[in-house]
Amino acid sequence: MRGATRAKWAAGAAAVALAATACGGGSDTGGGGADGIVSSSWGDPQNPLEPANTNEVQGGKVLDMIFRGLKRYDPKTGEAEDMLAEKIETTDATNFTITVKDGWTFSNGEKVTAKSFVDAWNYGANLRNNQRNAFFFGQIEGYDQVHPESGQPRADTMSGLKVVDDRTFTVKLTQKFSTWPETLGYAAFSPLPRAFFDNHDAWIAKPVGNGPYTVDSYTKGSQMALKRWDAYPGEDKAQNGGVTLKVYTDNNTAYTDLTAGNLDLVDDVPASQLRNVQADLGDRYINSPAGIIQTLAIPYYDKAWNTPNGAKLRTGISMAINRRQITDTIFQKTRTPAKDWTSPVLGADGGHKDTLCGDACSYNPAEAKRLVAEGGGIPGGTMRISYNADTGSHKEWVDAVCNSINRALGNDRACVGNPVGTFADYRNQITQLKMSGPFRAGWQMDYPLIQNFLQPLYYTNASSNDGKWTNAEFDNLIDQANAETDTQKAVGLFQRAEEVLRDDMGAIPLWYQNGSAGHSDRVSNVTLNPFSVPVYHEIKVN
Amino acid sequence: MGRYVVRRLLQMIPVFIGTTLLIFLMVYSLPGDPVAGLFGDKAANPATVAKIRHDLGLDLPILQQYWNYMSGIVLHFDFGNQIASGRPVTDVLGDAFPVTLQLAALAFAFELIFGIGLGVIAGLRAGRLADNAILIFTLLIISVPVFVLGFIIKMVFAFELGWIAPNVSNDQLLSEMIAPAVVLGGLSLAYVARLTRTSMAENLRADYMRTAVAKGLPRRRVIGVHLMRNSMIPVVTFLGTDIGALMGGAVVTEGIFNVKGVGGIIYESIIRREGTTLVGLVTVLVLVYLVTSLLIDLLYAVLDPRIRYA
Repeated sequence: MRGATRAKWAAGAAAVALAATACGGGSDTGGGGADGIVSSSWGDPQNPLEPANTNEVQGGKVLDMIFRGLKRYDPKTGEAEDMLAEKIETTDATNFTITVKDGWTFSNGEKVTAKSFVDAWNYGANLRNNQRNAFFFGQIEGYDQVHPESGQPRADTMSGLKVVDDRTFTVKLTQKFSTWPETLGYAAFSPLPRAFFDNHDAWIAKPVGNGPYTVDSYTKGSQMALKRWDAYPGEDKAQNGGVTLKVYTDNNTAYTDLTAGNLDLVDDVPASQLRNVQADLGDRYINSPAGIIQTLAIPYYDKAWNTPNGAKLRTGISMAINRRQITDTIFQKTRTPAKDWTSPVLGADGGHKDTLCGDACSYNPAEAKRLVAEGGGIPGGTMRISYNADTGSHKEWVDAVCNSINRALGNDRACVGNPVGTFADYRNQITQLKMSGPFRAGWQMDYPLIQNFLQPLYYTNASSNDGKWTNAEFDNLIDQANAETDTQKAVGLFQRAEEVLRDDMGAIPLWYQNGSAGHSDRVSNVTLNPFSVPVYHEIKVN
Repeated sequence: MGRYVVRRLLQMIPVFIGTTLLIFLMVYSLPGDPVAGLFGDKAANPATVAKIRHDLGLDLPILQQYWNYMSGIVLHFDFGNQIASGRPVTDVLGDAFPVTLQLAALAFAFELIFGIGLGVIAGLRAGRLADNAILIFTLLIISVPVFVLGFIIKMVFAFELGWIAPNVSNDQLLSEMIAPAVVLGGLSLAYVARLTRTSMAENLRADYMRTAVAKGLPRRRVIGVHLMRNSMIPVVTFLGTDIGALMGGAVVTEGIFNVKGVGGIIYESIIRREGTTLVGLVTVLVLVYLVTSLLIDLLYAVLDPRIRYA
């Protein structure tokens, strides 16, 4: 369509040609109604689009459209519901028997069987395949054989996975984990067709899955066109004709294209536009909770921060932070002050409790000053909050947190920001235990379980326990909770563990992050799921 | 002339090796581990990190890495693979360079035509109204930062007048490239106009000009051949280096107009510590610079008959 206005104008006078492009933009989005195409902003995923290799939201968007796993998290409540799983049975929270529903196929016609899952999981876990999310299979027996701490894998498959028949397989875990089936909605647990293994390069260039969409075309670094798969066997069929994901170099340019009518959906409203967003979009702006919490981690490997009275010091610092003011002014209410160490998307039944942190997370300058003094004062007289300066505009809030602390303590040298140039370097300093003061720690949940907010972050030597906090009572309660087969009792035990974390102020919770999105008036029924990914298949084109 | 060119081409070899080695060392001495950065906020699995580093040869001594990299480029035209995506760097460059080439060509044409045009007008009327107007106009362009100019053009032509689409679409049409090209070429346009003006105004008083006029040559020939040709030397020098700068991409302009060219790739590669991509890009740019500077030196001899290369 737009090809017609092509180059013939180009060499001419600038003004004439500038006018010629006025008809451009948005005209490739086709018709409306049930077959209408939704155009959406995208960032090029940095990793190949393999399910067990995607750990960021841009690749996650695609996987959410082209894959369905055993479980699926309800886009509204976040609850794990059976998708391809007919039943998942266990008697001892260690051995699971999984039955796959009949009638599911991949979009290339191949049947989804028990083997599709077992092969995919074995691939994801194997060290040879360099999968970023391999640790998700870490609880399955035999993982240490295919993914040893060092050296070459000693086996090709995990001994804990066994195919019984076409639709049944068994899983044996290394220890009790009663809520393990609830984790199976994560993309890493998706089934894979034979084409993935037989012709891997072709699959990467154009992935094939079993979700409501199929990949129509994929131009790396530019765009991906997804079409509705009409023969999709699931209940959650796509309500539109397809989705075109367009790569933008910058979220500001995507936002201007939205306001200019060239784009239907932006799922990352830039911080600089939050002030205008009400005027620009009105009720087409979405701001809903996501399973992300920001905290300040404390370097417990540094003796100055690991003193007997440290809990008072840390609680004092927590009480010196005026969370409400920062979330209202700097984040324009796209963050909510944290009141525990989980996320509101879990819901009360799932373990979120907005009274858990209580006074320790409320702004109280007088009390803060007293507690910090009793805790021995700020180590070294000045604390430096480290953050990476390249992405995510962390500078603003770190400076605001420091201002708040300085004002509360009446000492303008108590806290300063410490920017680290690049994210790679920042992570490097964290893993090499080089932090000399509190540092920014963000956590985006993998699955909506209270376990996911506590165990990976605060259990002794857990994979993302960057501050190296350790507490025997906490560990013990987590173990008990994982072994508990009654979900409500398990949640209660997790909350007791969280109270232990609070009493020692193991990490200072700051705020829960919301997902923000804006859409054009061409589309409706736009929502974000608890992972802050748009629920694409429910979007209707007017 | 032939011997001169051969000598220059041979000189390129040590320059090429030296610059690429320097850049290689600089990139690899940046702090942080690119592989660990792939895991996001989550802790990296040490076994997977070790495996990826081994697969990419990042665990070898730095000079051996450099040797492998350069021999890959020279012998197989293989620039290595990206760390995160595993894509061949040649693919990445193949996507970005045509876009940048398009943008650079447009910007270059813009600054060449309008820059020299304005410079000639100002130079011939030095000290008069047109000259002063052009000097003020170019001063204005020089003093306004690129991103301000970009946003002004976007505001006025895209949002207020609605003549252009605010961003370059994924089709990267040539017509959509005009606005970013004007922004990109704007600054150089001012420099070209000023260089041309000064050089022309000065050469107007040269002896050979008086001779040409005294010989009774028509004014068009005096200005078009005798004056213009000799006045172009500083301008050509500037334009030559500017080609290199334009090819190196423009991070800010590309960002404002959503152009997926070399500038964005360079920026992203630095942030993500994609060493192979960065060195590959820079290697190509070094070649561009070397070739253009040779061409400019040869052009001098064409423009000024007094310059001879033995």
